[in-house]
Amino acid sequence: MLKDVTLGQFFPGDTVVHRLDPRTKLILVIVYIVALFAAKTYAAYALVMIVLIVCVSLSQIRFTTIMKGVKPILIVILITGILNLFFTQGEHVIFRLWKLTMTWEGVRTAALMILRLIMLINGTFLLTYTTSPIALTDGLELLLSPLKKLRFPVHELAMMMSIALRFIPTLIEETDKIMSAQKARGADFDTGGIVQRAKAMLPLLVPLFVSAFRRADELSVAMESRCYHGGEGRTRMKKLTFARRDFGALILGAVFLAAVFALNRVWK
Amino acid sequence: MDSIIKTESLTYAYRSVEDEHPRVVLQGLDLEIERGTFVAILGHNGSGKSTLAKHFNGILLPLGGKVYVEGIDTSVEETMLEVRKRVGMVFQNPDNQLVANVVEEDVAFAPENLGYPPEEIRMRVDDALRIVGMYDMREHAPHLLSGGQKQRVAIAGVLAMSPKCVVFDEPTAMLDPQGRQDVIRTIRQLRDEMNVTVVLITHHMEETIHADRVVVMSDGKIVVDGPPKKVFPNVEYMREQGLDVPETVDILYELDKCGFHYRLDALSVDECAREILTAFTGAGA
Ligand SMILES: Nc1ncnc2c1ncn2[C@@H]1O[C@H](COP(=O)(O)OP(=O)(O)OP(=O)(O)O)[C@@H](O)[C@H]1O
Ligand SMILES: [Mg+2]
Repeated sequence: MLKDVTLGQFFPGDTVVHRLDPRTKLILVIVYIVALFAAKTYAAYALVMIVLIVCVSLSQIRFTTIMKGVKPILIVILITGILNLFFTQGEHVIFRLWKLTMTWEGVRTAALMILRLIMLINGTFLLTYTTSPIALTDGLELLLSPLKKLRFPVHELAMMMSIALRFIPTLIEETDKIMSAQKARGADFDTGGIVQRAKAMLPLLVPLFVSAFRRADELSVAMESRCYHGGEGRTRMKKLTFARRDFGALILGAVFLAAVFALNRVWK
Repeated sequence: MDSIIKTESLTYAYRSVEDEHPRVVLQGLDLEIERGTFVAILGHNGSGKSTLAKHFNGILLPLGGKVYVEGIDTSVEETMLEVRKRVGMVFQNPDNQLVANVVEEDVAFAPENLGYPPEEIRMRVDDALRIVGMYDMREHAPHLLSGGQKQRVAIAGVLAMSPKCVVFDEPTAMLDPQGRQDVIRTIRQLRDEMNVTVVLITHHMEETIHADRVVVMSDGKIVVDGPPKKVFPNVEYMREQGLDVPETVDILYELDKCGFHYRLDALSVDECAREILTAFTGAGA
């Protein structure tokens, strides 16, 4: 069950998408998200979807893998869909039940909203799947570095993120172990209603938290022992460099965003 | 005598929130570790071994007394990095000392913190990974490695600072026999081939037989200090300290009790076998 959590997983590869500078990819993902939420017409949606499909194909990551990222938040997507379905005002009523009305406009909005959320997840997961967590946090640190002047703890934030990403697999493994241990002693995580299951999870969380704190404590000692003293004076083994393809990709990104806005106007 | 680490009547106590009285863990400890030696530190649980080790690179600062690393006082804030890059430290749980998702990035952590230029970091990382035999796995994710491999990556991460001394705090406690063997081999290689001073804290007596010196701690004090061949034959005393002796010594001790007369200082299996054999043939002749 926990194996399904793919957050923070990286699939190494040697494609254009993999080779782009993480800063470029971060900017492009933001461009993509803006485009996705700006898209109002079918044509604009279609363009965003085509771009997503092209990028995923270029990255050589399987579509099923990309879709796996949707699973953990399926419920959120469904609830959003249902809310949109019944609370969208419209004229073309399909049916009326007590106070609930379902309209064609509602169906349309709900469908588009679900599509939008799924594509949002797909796009961001494409980023984490094709960028090593280190490159990602390095990119973020560099992109945000102007904020250092405002005393925003950019380095600390990036370090926290990279450590969180480093420990996700370890903590998942540990959760699995604790779950097995408790199942062996008769705990039941798989049956019963939501409340019952949540209650069954409680004894799981306590040892997990205790161990996470112990790990954090040991890790901080190990980091200090290896001369960590914050971001000041720290250098990197792999320096990020903008290549020509990064400029190309950024230009394409700008064109894409412009096209989405144009399509919003052209096809009403 | 050229010592790399020196403690002078080192005292330390942990303060706790619930307890009024701080818990005294080290009580006026004097210890000098010579350059290029392999020192094993033994002692029952809670005898203060880890606490002592954390003083060697200034993770903990003495409450009383002093600790010097190559003459540098560890309690001086300004020279802290100088101390830490001279004395590396490897801990028990390999999972909790790896910071990065890629082996080589993890090994690069220390030289990055020390601000070396990228080319030099690359060189240090490659060298360190070759020494521990993990170069071919430099692009792997640490969480997919075995415990022994992870621990060797952790050792490489320390070696990348080119330390003069490496302190190992129970580095094999969480490993399987194969991993344990690999790690111990790497540790010996550091001392024998690279002339790195090694301090090894352990509960496994077999790991100490190659040490130049065994230091036994009890309740925050040093109670025995000497070469393994002198220390282990005192089987009864070691047991009183809640410690074992190497199996080879144990066999000879048991035989000795049965009326055979053996010297108890055989540490390797070969030596042990030879000792038994000569005693037999000697008795037969
Ligand atoms: N952070 C801490 N806060 C309070 N007390 C501590 C702390 N760390 C250790 N102690 C106490 O100090 C004493 C010595 O601990 P230390 O970890 O140095 O022993 P050790 O010889 O390394 O034992 P082990 O063989 O179990 O690793 C123990 O009684 C322990 O309970
Ligand atoms: Mg200890």
